[in-house]
Amino acid sequence: MSSPSTELTKRMAIYEQFHQISRWGDVFNSDNSPNTGSSTIVQVDVRLDNKAEYISCEQVEPSRSDQETNKPTDKIQRRLAQNREAARKSRLRKKAYVQQLESSRLKLAQLEQELERARQQVSRCGMHNQLGNALMQGIYISSASDTGYFGLSGTVNSGITAFEMEYGHWVEEQNKQICELRSALQAHITDIELRILVESGLNHYCNLFRMKADAAKADIFYLISGIWRTSAERFFHWIGGFRPSELLNAVMSQIEPLTDQQHLEVCNLRQSSQQAEDALSQGIDKLQQNLAQSVAADLSSGNYRVQMAAAIDKLEALEGFVNQADHLRQQTLQQMARILTTRQAARGLLALGEYFHRLRALSSLWAARPREPA
Amino acid sequence: MDKVMRLASEKGVVLFSKSSCCLCYAVKILFQELGVSPVVHEIDQDPEGRDMEKALTRLGCNAPVPAVFIGGKLVGSTNEVMSLHLSGGLIPLLKPYQLC
Repeated sequence: MSSPSTELTKRMAIYEQFHQISRWGDVFNSDNSPNTGSSTIVQVDVRLDNKAEYISCEQVEPSRSDQETNKPTDKIQRRLAQNREAARKSRLRKKAYVQQLESSRLKLAQLEQELERARQQVSRCGMHNQLGNALMQGIYISSASDTGYFGLSGTVNSGITAFEMEYGHWVEEQNKQICELRSALQAHITDIELRILVESGLNHYCNLFRMKADAAKADIFYLISGIWRTSAERFFHWIGGFRPSELLNAVMSQIEPLTDQQHLEVCNLRQSSQQAEDALSQGIDKLQQNLAQSVAADLSSGNYRVQMAAAIDKLEALEGFVNQADHLRQQTLQQMARILTTRQAARGLLALGEYFHRLRALSSLWAARPREPA
Repeated sequence: MDKVMRLASEKGVVLFSKSSCCLCYAVKILFQELGVSPVVHEIDQDPEGRDMEKALTRLGCNAPVPAVFIGGKLVGSTNEVMSLHLSGGLIPLLKPYQLC
């Protein structure tokens, strides 16, 4: 295929790639030189990605100038077709990506074997010079890497890396939708057209919860850690995502004025979701307590097999909690949409999207802030 | 199954649970908050617990516990209880059994 030296360069680059917990969206978007290993992985997906799948803000504007009665139906059909096409492309992308991951996984396992052999050879030769120590340290740090989704056997959790890729795309699409909602609300489009945007927005959140359900099966700790979100979002992280109350707070200021009936229903929703949130919070605290008790049973004994078995049982409950929390998030969203008019729902979705967008921006700003040299 | 249905109809609000189940604990907390005191059957402490678990699974809930019955009718598991509560349908069902 290629010369041994470029093959090795590629493999080393792949190994480095897997060490970065970087957004796969960034990998796809950055300029990759042909000599880096990441181009092997990215190849198929970049081709699919370059096609314009999503309606950009610019495309929506000209078509809104015609307001004839049969136009909305065409637009609905077109939008539905575009959604289907986007979903199909997403599935193809995911499939190709997972296939690439599988082959990369094998390469990674081979590479780890080589490193292990090199490490053993180094220690056998008794190299105690600077270079030898540096090499040993480097190898130790690499193999002890606690990125979470590859163990010492070098297996990559493809369910999680697939999620990372999909989530990166989800955020991009979310930004586009916020943009569209804002322009739509500032212009005076019909309620029918606004409905399309609201339905798209709600569906988009449904996609997120579906993705998260798959990720929960792949690695529950990954979801719970919040590592997939930005740092400011992570500050507010609750059982694998945002709090339902956070959602309601973001939306509240933007949906006024409400009718008396709506006001009553919104108050009830606030109260019931808060009660459910509190119940789940107490449930997960209980789970923590139980887990700690299981692990800490008989600490004087060096043999902890029994404690591990009990602890594993407890950990299995974690996925249930994250599923329930996501269910609560989704129900809060659906109920709000039910109570509100189309226009109010559009403003609410815009507010919610904008809120999380700002948290993400805050994370970037914080990371990039100028600091005193040490 | 008979035992489950019999116990389910005995009192107004019945919760089948396991003492180790923390989602069950969450549902208990929710009922407390709503001013309701359900009759709780910890099936892991019941000699016929295995059969009860099978019966509850057959009733269609995705997890055998927690399983909530109100007025003898199955409401469902955590999912159903949460959905019902958020849609405003739980409190009316509980009204006859609230303690205040």
